[in-house]
Amino acid sequence: MTATLLPPPDAAHRAALLARLTPLLPAGGLLSDPEDIKPYECDGLTAYRCLPWAVALPDSEAQVIAVLSVCHDMRVPVVVRGAGTGLSGGATPVAAGVVLSLARFMRIIEIDPLARLARVQPGVRNLAISEAAAPFGLYYAPDPSSQIACTIGGNVAENSGGVHCLKYGLTVHNILKLRVALIDGEIIEIGAHALDSPGYDLLALMIGSEGMLGVVLEATVKLTPRPTVAQVVMASFDDVTQAGNAVAAIIAAGIIPAGLEMMDKPATAAVEAFVHAGYDLSAAAILLAESDGTEQEVAEEIAAMCQVLEASGARGLRVSQSDAERLKFWAGRKAAFPAVGRLTPDYLCMDGTIPRKHIAHVLTRIEELARQHRLRVANVFHAGDGNLHPLIMFDASRDDELDRATALGADILALSVDVGGTITGEHGVGIEKVQQMCLQFSFDELTAFHGVKAAFDPLGLLNPGKAVPQPRHCSEYRLTGSAR
Amino acid sequence: MSDLTEEFRARILAAGSAAPLCIRGGGSKDFYGQAPRGALLETRAHAGVLAYEPTELVITARSGTPLAAIEAVLAEQGQCLAFEPPRFGADSTIGGVVAAGLSGPRRVSAGAVRDFVLGVKMLDGAARELSFGGQVMKNVAGYDVSRVMAGSLGTLGLLLEISLKVLPRPVAEATLRFELPQAAALDKLNRWAGQPLPIVASAWADGELTLRLAGARAAIAAAEQELGGAKVGAGETAFWTELRDQRAPFFADERPLWRLSVPSIAPVIDLPGATLIEWGGAQRWLRSSAPAEDIRAAAAKVGGSATLFRADPALKAAVGAFTALPLPVLNLQRRLKQTFDPHGIFNPGRMYAEL
Repeated sequence: MTATLLPPPDAAHRAALLARLTPLLPAGGLLSDPEDIKPYECDGLTAYRCLPWAVALPDSEAQVIAVLSVCHDMRVPVVVRGAGTGLSGGATPVAAGVVLSLARFMRIIEIDPLARLARVQPGVRNLAISEAAAPFGLYYAPDPSSQIACTIGGNVAENSGGVHCLKYGLTVHNILKLRVALIDGEIIEIGAHALDSPGYDLLALMIGSEGMLGVVLEATVKLTPRPTVAQVVMASFDDVTQAGNAVAAIIAAGIIPAGLEMMDKPATAAVEAFVHAGYDLSAAAILLAESDGTEQEVAEEIAAMCQVLEASGARGLRVSQSDAERLKFWAGRKAAFPAVGRLTPDYLCMDGTIPRKHIAHVLTRIEELARQHRLRVANVFHAGDGNLHPLIMFDASRDDELDRATALGADILALSVDVGGTITGEHGVGIEKVQQMCLQFSFDELTAFHGVKAAFDPLGLLNPGKAVPQPRHCSEYRLTGSAR
Repeated sequence: MSDLTEEFRARILAAGSAAPLCIRGGGSKDFYGQAPRGALLETRAHAGVLAYEPTELVITARSGTPLAAIEAVLAEQGQCLAFEPPRFGADSTIGGVVAAGLSGPRRVSAGAVRDFVLGVKMLDGAARELSFGGQVMKNVAGYDVSRVMAGSLGTLGLLLEISLKVLPRPVAEATLRFELPQAAALDKLNRWAGQPLPIVASAWADGELTLRLAGARAAIAAAEQELGGAKVGAGETAFWTELRDQRAPFFADERPLWRLSVPSIAPVIDLPGATLIEWGGAQRWLRSSAPAEDIRAAAAKVGGSATLFRADPALKAAVGAFTALPLPVLNLQRRLKQTFDPHGIFNPGRMYAEL
């Protein structure tokens, strides 16, 4: 499926735009040949593709401001892009628009070990921050699976999570300050190197705003002391209800594990074949529970978790005996998406969050829905914070499989909302779930979101068509689109 | 334990820019911000815990629910509000906690109110019922409006229900004390904070640094060994509660009370008056009669801000409770206010004259 997001471009307007942008950017900083801009036609959500008018690759703040000012002046939409690893189409280009790539902003401006913060440009990769902080015994805590490639600017846009959120928080809990360009070229600073600053909490609004409110020029992130040790328990269960209850029992015992992940049988099979981590292939569900901290703390917590897991009916327990083994246990979980990718030509990765107590019901229901749609699903689950990633396997080249996969995905998101959850825990709405926003939010709430958008970007030029649907489109969708 | 939404809605619809509303929970923070004005709209009767399942780590309550009641319900299950909201009076409500956005001693390690807000239900200035966020840990659907409510002093809407993340109470705690001058204490605090130590709160005043440790028993024992200092033992819980609720001796002083929010590594700030330092150096209380512009300039110089926390209303009116915002930021905030409260009926001027 190739979605066209806006009406066909007006050639004269495009030519005028290119003429104004060309002198503002360094050689090679403005791409407009279809061949050159092809790599930018989609992000990690490859089912949606669109060629923009141009791709701008500025390498200085002044150039960013200049590009924004021209686009603002000419009323041309701007889609900001980091590494393009997003899974919801947040960086899908707009046909008659400009993609503003921040890939050249790769400088770590400052690591301040005493203040425990890093000041970085938006194109710095998530993992690069932790690598630069490592000599000081510090790291940047949020660790999305794509952390080798994804950038901090993109993390801010999506409020990215990872496998350690329950204990260490999301992006929103780990950003101190942002330097932001508004669409009209004005620069503002929000947050502070202090722990709070006066006025409304604009940081909370900017983080997770999917590139619709402003352009991040610089971020100050919080660095966390690297725990002395980490250890992980791998537990196998005969049924998912037991595994779900075990998660609740760990929390009830007063433990907040550093990571608490679940995989169902199809997911385990996929990753075992890929990474050979020694997972129990006959188990209905596998739990990985990590503890980190000082040596004594970890010993105490691991012993407590083993006890709880056993009492919850775990039929097998393995505790990592070395860091190498710990990483091996994790390797499968971290490689779950590519592992499933090997089994199927295409897959859709869903991202609902649900109250944990509904996990067994939701997994059972997903299995039923998959059968109805004649598709297979593997489930990986950030069990600690209720964030479920069903991976819908399909082959887009076969009959109506993409349509069925999309429909199954929509049903799963509706299910998440029905049990009191949300359509997206950490991947963002983008274009992928923009219609499902209608299931979760009322006309008035969507109107309020548009009000927030207009406060920052009155002309609606930043990333139009993403994240928040027009309320009037929702009435239509609710009537016809929902399978519920 | 009743739902007053309809009553509130009627009050909002009857209000107007000439007849604004003063939203008030327990009234324990009437002193905070600029002087309250408008017709009193009390939320205390809109109370009750609506949902609480300890294993979900989430509590949902009506805004008028007393903070004390919420903390009691959590304590029964061995859980707590880890940001330790201050209780400046027995009647403090959870709505007031969120609206004021104030956090206690453990804020430095656990996070602030806004870090624990998962969702809100509110009435906007047109009396529309709006829900943002939810009851789950991770939620990136739509702008994160619910966190913005924290610290907005009721100027954006009338909170009806609030969902907060809760955490288990620490298994064990200990309090240590050191004799240290301010500069040395600041240096130590910042160095310790860069190590994996279970320090969750700190307070320095009068040459005395007090540290709170929390976590696994073994970890605390090891940290005590490593850090040294004197164990406080008896009275340590009271010490932190009195600090949180500003009943500590430092706060019994007639001079204006300033709250300086600064980078933790900011050096000793040279201003006349008495200082108490929390949050590893990031929150500095100052009892001082020095001119407001001197205090604000000193905070700004190190990259922070200064709030006139408790003072004579006339002084607050004259110098503003909060540090003035740069114009482009103020303009943004005005437009946000416009979005949620187009007629300016909620707590006008409580935060800034323009909001």
